[in-house]
Amino acid sequence: MASITLSDVRKVYPGGVEAVRGVSLDIADGEMVVLVGPSGCGKSTLLRMIAGLETISAGTVAIGGRVVNELEPAARDIAMVFQNYALYPHMSVRQNLAYGLKNRGTPAAEIARRIDAAAAILEIAPFLDRRPGQLSGGQRQRVAMGRAIVREPAAFLFDEPLSNLDAKLRVQMRVEIRRLQRSLATTSVYVTHDQLEAMTLADRLVVLNGGRIEQVGTPIELYEKPATSFVAAFIGSPAMNLLPAVRNGEAVTLPGGGKVAAALGPEVATLGIRPEDLVPGRRDDAAFTAELTVAAVELVGAESYVHGTTPEGGELVFRVAGRSAIAPGEGMMVSASAEALHRFGTEGRRLG
Amino acid sequence: MSRVVFPARVLPYLLLSPQIAITAVFFYWPASQALWQSVLREDPFGLKTTFVGLANFRSVLADPNYLQSARVTVVFSVATALLAMAAALWLASAAERVVRGRGLYRTLLIWPYAVAPAVAGMLWLFMFNPAMGTFAYMLRRAGYNWDPLLDPGQAMTMVVVAAAWKQISYNFLFFVAAMQSIPRSLIEAAAIDGAGSTKRFWTIVLPLIAPTTFFLLVVNTVYAFFDTFGIIHAVTGGGPARATETLVYKVYNDGFVHLSLGSSAAQSVILMAIVILLTAIQFRFVERRVHYG
Repeated sequence: MASITLSDVRKVYPGGVEAVRGVSLDIADGEMVVLVGPSGCGKSTLLRMIAGLETISAGTVAIGGRVVNELEPAARDIAMVFQNYALYPHMSVRQNLAYGLKNRGTPAAEIARRIDAAAAILEIAPFLDRRPGQLSGGQRQRVAMGRAIVREPAAFLFDEPLSNLDAKLRVQMRVEIRRLQRSLATTSVYVTHDQLEAMTLADRLVVLNGGRIEQVGTPIELYEKPATSFVAAFIGSPAMNLLPAVRNGEAVTLPGGGKVAAALGPEVATLGIRPEDLVPGRRDDAAFTAELTVAAVELVGAESYVHGTTPEGGELVFRVAGRSAIAPGEGMMVSASAEALHRFGTEGRRLG
Repeated sequence: MSRVVFPARVLPYLLLSPQIAITAVFFYWPASQALWQSVLREDPFGLKTTFVGLANFRSVLADPNYLQSARVTVVFSVATALLAMAAALWLASAAERVVRGRGLYRTLLIWPYAVAPAVAGMLWLFMFNPAMGTFAYMLRRAGYNWDPLLDPGQAMTMVVVAAAWKQISYNFLFFVAAMQSIPRSLIEAAAIDGAGSTKRFWTIVLPLIAPTTFFLLVVNTVYAFFDTFGIIHAVTGGGPARATETLVYKVYNDGFVHLSLGSSAAQSVILMAIVILLTAIQFRFVERRVHYG
C-alpha cells in the first residue's frame, strides 16, 4: 500500500522525441487512477517509467514517499499486468505465480498459501498445473492478474490488459478488475485507450494528449465539465458534437449550421453539445436549434444514434431512446437547452 | 496448414526434381557406391576386385588405429559443438544488450561463415604455427611451451578452436533470431518479478530458445563429424601421430592416400550409421525436454 507521486516527469528519447512533457500527479493510497488518451499520447511511456522499464529523463517518481528514479523495477515493489499477459510459456501456471516470490526468497509454505489464496479469488485453481498455452485468453488474463496479486505489491500497474480480449470478455474482466482492486485496496495505475474502460474503472481519470495532462478528475467531472475541447471529444460515446463558432459583432454564428439564442460570450471558438442533450423538435426556451437532414440511424439496442447534416454541411449526432421512427432522408429540427452547451475558447480551454 | 492440390500429376514431381536430382547425384549415388565398395576388396592398381563380404568391417573394427580415431572424433566433436554453441550463445546475448551499432556487430559476426574451411584452417595455422605464427610467438614469449606440431593436446585445441570459430557465425545467427523472437514483455515481467539478468538468462531466455539450441546441437554434431575435414587437413593434417585424425579424416587418408578403398568405404558406412544413430538419439531423448512455444 502506497501513494505514487509524479513530479514534473519528462521523457525524451535519444532521437529528441518528447514522449512525456512534464507530468505531475498525486495518486493516493488505494486509489485507482486510469491514464487514458489516444495512441502516442505518452500514457504507456509514463506507466513504464513508474515501473522502471523506461528511464526518467527529468522529474521524479516516488512510490510510498521514496523516490524510485534510480531503482531497478524489482526494487520498486510494484507488479505489472501486460497487454499480451507476458506469462512464461515454459512454466505451469503455479510456477508462473511462484516465480516472483521465489526470486525474492519467500518461504515455500508462504508461496503455497498465497498461490492458493489468489487461485481462489481468481477461480484459476483448476488449471494451476497447466501451461499458459493450454489456457484461453480470459484464463491467461486471470493468471496474469494472479501473478500480480501474489506479490502483494505496493502498487499494481496495468498496461492495456484487456485489449486482447473479445468484447464480451472485456466487459466481464473489467468488472472483475474493478471488484478486485476495491477489495484489495491496492494503489493502481491503469492505462487504456478505451474511454469506456477508463470511465468505468477509474476513481480518477487522467486524460493525456501529446505528452501532457489535459485534465484530471473523477469520470463524471470529466464528462460533465470537460476542461478542454480535446477531453470533450475524447470522453463519451458517441463523441460530443463540436461546432466551430465565429464571433460577428455581439452575435455568434455557427458556420456549420444551427442557431444560438443565448449569449455565448466574446471568446468562444467552439461550441460543444453531447448527443443526449440534443432533443428532436423545436422548443421556445432552446438556446440552440439546428435544422437537419437525417443521414443515417444507428440502432444499438436500447438506444439509437441519429446522424444528421445541416444545410451548411455541418454534422450533428443525437441520441434517441429505444428504436427510433426517424428514417434517413427525413428533415427535422433539434434543439438544446442553455445548460447543455459547453463553450471552449480559441485555445480549446473551457469557458465558464 | 491448408493442403494444396495440384491440378496436374506431373507438376509436383517436376517442382521437386531439381532437389531430388541433387540429392541423388551427391548423396544416394555415392552412398550406394560406398555401400557396394565396402564389401569388395581391390588391389592398389584397380586390376582385380574380389567380393569379401563383411571382412572389411571386421578388420576396420579390430584395428586399434580405428578405435583411436573414434576416440579422437568423440573428443573433437563434443568439444567443437560445445565451444561453437557456447561462444555463439554468449555473443548473441551480448549483442542483444548492445544498443548502438547492433547491426554492425551482427554483420561482422556473420563474416567467418563466408570463409572457406581450408582458408579458415590456414588462417589459424598462420596465427599459431610455431615457426611463423604471431600468436605462437606471443605464447612462447609469455613462457608457454607452444608447439602443436609435437603436442597432441595443443594440436587438438587448435583444430577445435578453428572448427568452432567457423561455426560460431551460423550458431550466432540462429541464437540472435531466437532471442529476438522472445517477447520483450516477458523479459520485462521477469525483471519486475525480481530476476536479475543472469537469472533471467537461465530461467527465461535459455528455456525459450531451447528449440533452437536443440536444432543447433544436431547441426553442430553433424558439422563436427563431417564438415571439418578441410580445417583438419589444413591445420594439422591429422597429426601429430594421428592425434587429430577424426573418422572423416581417416576415411580420406585410407582411401585416397593409402588407396585401401574397401576399408575406406567400410569406414564411411560406419560413419554414416553413427551419424544416423546420433541424430535419432538426439531427437528421441533431447527433444522431449524441449518446449516448443
